[in-house]
Amino acid sequence: MRQTASVVAVAMSMLFAAPAMAQHTEAALPEQSWSFGGLFGTYDRAALQRGFQVYNQVCSNCHSMKEVYYRNLSQIGLNEEQVKAIAASKTFATLDDSGQPAERPGMPADHFRSPFPNDQAARAANGGALPPDQSLIVAAREDGSNYVYDLLNGYEDAPAGQTMAPGQYYNKWMPGNRIAMPPPLAEGAVDYADGTKATVAQMASDVTQFLTWTSHPELETRKRMGVKAVLFLALMTGLTYALKKKLWKDVAH
Amino acid sequence: MAGLHQSEFKNPVINWVDTRLPLFTMMQKEYGSFPTPKNFNYFWNFGALAIVNLVIMIATGVFLAMNYSPGVETAFDSVQRIMRDVNYGWLLRYVHQNGASMFFIVVYIHIFRALYYGSYKKPRELLFMLGVVIFLLMMATAFMGYVLPWGQMSYWGATVITNLFSAIPVVGDYIVTLLWGGFSVANPTLNRFFSLHYLMPFMITGVVFLHIVALHITGSNNPLGIDVKSPQDTIPFHPYYTTKDSVGLCVYLLIFAALVFFAPDLLGDPDNNIPANPLVTPAHIAPEWYFRPFYAMLRAVEWKLGGVILMFSSILILFFLPWLDTSPVRSTRFRPMYKPFMAVFVASFFVLLWVGGKPPEGLYVVLGRVATAYWFLHFLVVLPLLGVFEKPYALPESISAPVLKRRRILPPGGGGGGPLPAGAAAKPMAKS
Repeated sequence: MRQTASVVAVAMSMLFAAPAMAQHTEAALPEQSWSFGGLFGTYDRAALQRGFQVYNQVCSNCHSMKEVYYRNLSQIGLNEEQVKAIAASKTFATLDDSGQPAERPGMPADHFRSPFPNDQAARAANGGALPPDQSLIVAAREDGSNYVYDLLNGYEDAPAGQTMAPGQYYNKWMPGNRIAMPPPLAEGAVDYADGTKATVAQMASDVTQFLTWTSHPELETRKRMGVKAVLFLALMTGLTYALKKKLWKDVAH
Repeated sequence: MAGLHQSEFKNPVINWVDTRLPLFTMMQKEYGSFPTPKNFNYFWNFGALAIVNLVIMIATGVFLAMNYSPGVETAFDSVQRIMRDVNYGWLLRYVHQNGASMFFIVVYIHIFRALYYGSYKKPRELLFMLGVVIFLLMMATAFMGYVLPWGQMSYWGATVITNLFSAIPVVGDYIVTLLWGGFSVANPTLNRFFSLHYLMPFMITGVVFLHIVALHITGSNNPLGIDVKSPQDTIPFHPYYTTKDSVGLCVYLLIFAALVFFAPDLLGDPDNNIPANPLVTPAHIAPEWYFRPFYAMLRAVEWKLGGVILMFSSILILFFLPWLDTSPVRSTRFRPMYKPFMAVFVASFFVLLWVGGKPPEGLYVVLGRVATAYWFLHFLVVLPLLGVFEKPYALPESISAPVLKRRRILPPGGGGGGPLPAGAAAKPMAKS
C-alpha cells in the first residue's frame, strides 16, 4: 500500500503542478460564483437568454461570433419560432438566379452574421483595433468567465500620471491596463424582456454566462456524463481491488 | 505432418486454427502461464497502462481525423466543428487531448520505475533502449499533434521548435526548409505534420511490439532487482497480474475521466483557443507541460546550438545509461548512496518542469541551470563513480526469501516448490 500511495502521489503531483504553472496572471481576478461551476454545474437558461440579448444588441455591433449558428440558440431555451425570427432579422449576402449579388434573410442554419465583411473593415471602423471573435473568448483567456466579467466591470479613470492615447481606455483587468474597446455597457443599454433591471453588473454577468456557453456548449452534457463515468469507475475500482485481494490472498509476496 | 503445431486446445475450431497458426498457444504462453516475478508493486502497472493509452489515442485519433481538415484556413474551424457538431466530438477530442497528458504521466512514471529499480541493466539494455526510442517517437508525435488545431500556441510552438534545427551548422537551414515545406510555418507544414502525426503512432506500435518481445525474452525485472532463481519466485501472469493490472487500469481511468469530464482545459493553454496569427506573437510561448523539462534545458544557455545540444542529449544520454551505471546492483533499495542521488534527480526533473513554464528571467534561469547541470552530472559523473565507491546492502537470496523470512515460514535451508505457492496450488482458484 505504501508503494501504491507513492505512485498516486507522483501522478497527482504531476497533475496539480502543471496548472499552477499555466497561470501567469499577475493580480488575482475577483471570483464570481457561477451556476455552471462545480461538478454538477448547469447553465441558467434565463441568464443565457438575457446574455444573448446583450450580445445581440450591444457586442455584435463590433464582435463577430463565427463558430456559433442561430440553430444553436435552441440550446439556451429559445423555441424554433424564436430562433427562426432571430435569424430572419439578419441579412446575408447571396447570389440571385442571374448570379448577381443579392441579399436574403438569415436561416437557423446560418452562422452568426459578422458585423464586418473582413478584418480590415473591422479595424478601419474601430480605430485600428480588431475586436476579437467571441465564439471562444472565455476559453481563450486564463480563468475566462471571471476575466470577461471583471473586464466588463473594470473600466476606471486612469490613475494620475498615466496618459491614455486617443481611442484607449483604462481598464483594471486588461493586461497592460489599456484597452481599445470603449466601455460597452451603460445602465439600461438593453431593455430586458423578463423585466430584470439592466444594471452594468447584471448585463456583464448575463453576457459572461452567454459567452461561457458559446465557449463550452457541451458543458452540461459533459458534467452529467462525468458524474456517471466517475461513479461507475469508482465502483469498478472497488470490485477489481476486491477481486485482486481475493486472488492474491494465498500468494506470499 | 511435420511442421504443424501440436495444439493442446480441446475446442475443435481453436485447435484447427492453432495447429496452423499457433496464436492461441502463443497467447497462453506469453500472457496466460507466463512466469512472472511475484513481488511486483504497482509501479509495474505502467507498461500495460501505456499500451492502453496508445490504443485510446489511436482509436480517438482515427475518428478525429475523419472530421479534421488540415489546411491553414480550415483547421481551426474544423476542430470547432468537432467540438460543437460532431456527435460526441467534444468527448473524442477531450479524450485525445488529455490522453496526451495522461500518456506522458504514465510514461514518465514507467521510466522512473526503470531508473529506480535498474531495469535497464544487463540483460535488459536493448529492452530499455527500445523504450527510449518509443519515448522519442512519442514526443515527435505529440509535438506534431499539438500543431494540428492551428491555434496561436500551435503555430508559435511549431515556429519555435522547427527553428531549433536551424542551429545545426551547414545543413540547419536546409533541414528547416524541409520541415516547413517552404520558407515559413504554413499550409505545407500543417499538411505534412498531419500526415506524420497519423503515421508515427503506428511506428510506435511497431517499436512497442519489439519492446514487448524483448521483455518476454529477458523476463521482467522486479522491485528487488534480483534474478528469478526458482519457479517458487514466480506466478503465472494470468490471473495474478491481469487482475493487478486491472486495478491500476481502473484508477488510471478514474483520473483520466475526472480530467476529461470536469477539467478538460486544465492542462491546456488558453491561447490555443485563438486562431493562429503569424502577425501576433503571444506574450508567453510555453510548450505543453510534458515538454517543459526539456524546454527548460533548451533555454539554460544563451547559445542556441548549445541549448539544442543540451535538450537532445538530455534524452539521448539514456541510450548509454546501461553502461554509465557501473553498479552491478539493480534496485535502488540496496544502494544506500544512490538513493539520495535518485531523489535529487527526480527533484531536478520537477524543477525543470516548473522552470520550463516560466519566463526565462531572474531566479528561474539560475534554477534551470542548476537542475540542468545536475541532470548531466547524474548520468556522467554520479552513476559511473557510485559503482566504484558505493557499498550496496546484501541482496536477498531469492525473491521468495525476504517474504518467507518475514512470515517466519522459511524452512531451514530454504524451500522448494512449484510455480504456484503451496497454499494457492491446494485450492484451485476457478472453483473457489
